[in-house]
Amino acid sequence: MAVDVAIACAKAVFMILLVLQVMGLGVFFERKVSAVIQDRIGANRASIFGFAGLGIVNTLVADPVKFLLKEDVTPAGADRFLHFLAPILAVVPAVAAFAVIPFGDVLEVGGRAIQLQAAQLNVGVLYVLAMTALGVYGVVLAGWASNNRWSLLGGIRGSAQMISYEIAMGLALIGIVLTYGTLDLQSMVRQQGALLWGWLPAWGILYQPFAFVLFLVAGVAESKRIPFDLPESESELVSGYFTEYSGAKHLMFMMADFVEVVLVAALVTTFFFGGWQVPFLLRDGFHVAGQVYELPAAWIVVPALQVTSFMVKMIFFTWLQIVIRWTLPRFRYDQLMRLGWQGLLPLGLVNVMATALAILLWGTTA
Amino acid sequence: MSVLVFLVLAALTVAAALTVILHRNPVYSALALVSTLALLSCFFVLLEAYMVWALQIVVYAGAIVVLFVFVIMLLNVQSDERALPGPGTVVGVAGGAGLLALLIATVAVRGVTANPPAVGAGFGTPEHLARRLFTDYLVPFEVTSLLLLVAIVGAVVLGKRRI
Repeated sequence: MAVDVAIACAKAVFMILLVLQVMGLGVFFERKVSAVIQDRIGANRASIFGFAGLGIVNTLVADPVKFLLKEDVTPAGADRFLHFLAPILAVVPAVAAFAVIPFGDVLEVGGRAIQLQAAQLNVGVLYVLAMTALGVYGVVLAGWASNNRWSLLGGIRGSAQMISYEIAMGLALIGIVLTYGTLDLQSMVRQQGALLWGWLPAWGILYQPFAFVLFLVAGVAESKRIPFDLPESESELVSGYFTEYSGAKHLMFMMADFVEVVLVAALVTTFFFGGWQVPFLLRDGFHVAGQVYELPAAWIVVPALQVTSFMVKMIFFTWLQIVIRWTLPRFRYDQLMRLGWQGLLPLGLVNVMATALAILLWGTTA
Repeated sequence: MSVLVFLVLAALTVAAALTVILHRNPVYSALALVSTLALLSCFFVLLEAYMVWALQIVVYAGAIVVLFVFVIMLLNVQSDERALPGPGTVVGVAGGAGLLALLIATVAVRGVTANPPAVGAGFGTPEHLARRLFTDYLVPFEVTSLLLLVAIVGAVVLGKRRI
């Protein structure tokens, strides 16, 4: 009993630390990749007690410290309770959504099979949708509680945008659920371990390319970053819904954005790119063209490779979203709404119908 | 243990529900409504109906009440603009009291058993729910979707001046 509780806690802590690490890496991309894109050097001047030798690493340490030491201002006329609550409501659901994302197969230690997933839930997809849906409240309440016109406009834009794009995201997910025939993320990833024609890993992208595009676009829109950063849009609304936030609370909103970026990356990996699957790697070693290349100490090496595979893919999609963010300009609000309702929604409906028809005609695809 | 959890949840739910109708600020009322719905969904978890729990959160907490909050913010309703008790309030209180009396009478007549009826394995899973929904309850399900379609058409007709 005590061991089970300890294992459950260890898995949750591992997942949260993983998310925070990838988020930190995301900040690194944000500072350095953006600099490369814009042909400049990027942050390299942070000096901690006179030591500036590590360049960007110093900046990564100095940034959060700076945020935590700044004064935390609550504007006059603000609703103090909701002003305090909003950043918490923004971060917590985004982090909680990671509970159902599998980061590996099964680790067998001392006759105990440990599922490498923080929570085994048979409605995993719906759980993710529920958590992303709850993320809206942080934005809305921050906008309202600040007693500031810019914030209110940002909050209203944010809630309209997130509700609109949740629908596209949900429709993309229906296509995926139809393909795998399950709502459980772990069993989705297991199904992607199959091989098509004996050599091609049966990753979700092969079955659901349109859902991938839909999901990625809707996901980037949900994380409220350029080109979908209308709720924040610093050139129009100062800083949108978190204009009136400073110090640690401002940091929490930035963190919520980054956690959502990592969440979208993790979900794209899980649904479309085989999650923790390493091509041709089974429980005992690599199986290539009928040959078996066994790995030494497979009980620990194979799960380690799987976790690494999941992390590499997740980091890649985090990087991709940051490159998108530094490449595209911001949409106009009418363009944003038109894309959501007249572009993604019909495409999502067509994708669901086509998937259902294909399954009806040729049986379950995966 | 589960009785204790139930009692705590029930007390919190009633408190949140009372806040919905008693708080002066409409934004707080809407938030209390979300809390009520979220706490209600916890009872589905106690009943091992995870699917219903997730749907409750996605549909009510995540979509419908967000729209409530959105409208309250957009119209910038002030707390003192709330209507004084009128005929609607009386009807509402009477209806609520009637429903409560019906509930208490039902519990008093039927009695409460400590042991709920046993359910089969897989109860509350998506497969189980879908099978029941699309076989035994197909007609009510389709009628409900028709009702929703009518509501959508009605909303479009009301919202657009010229069609």
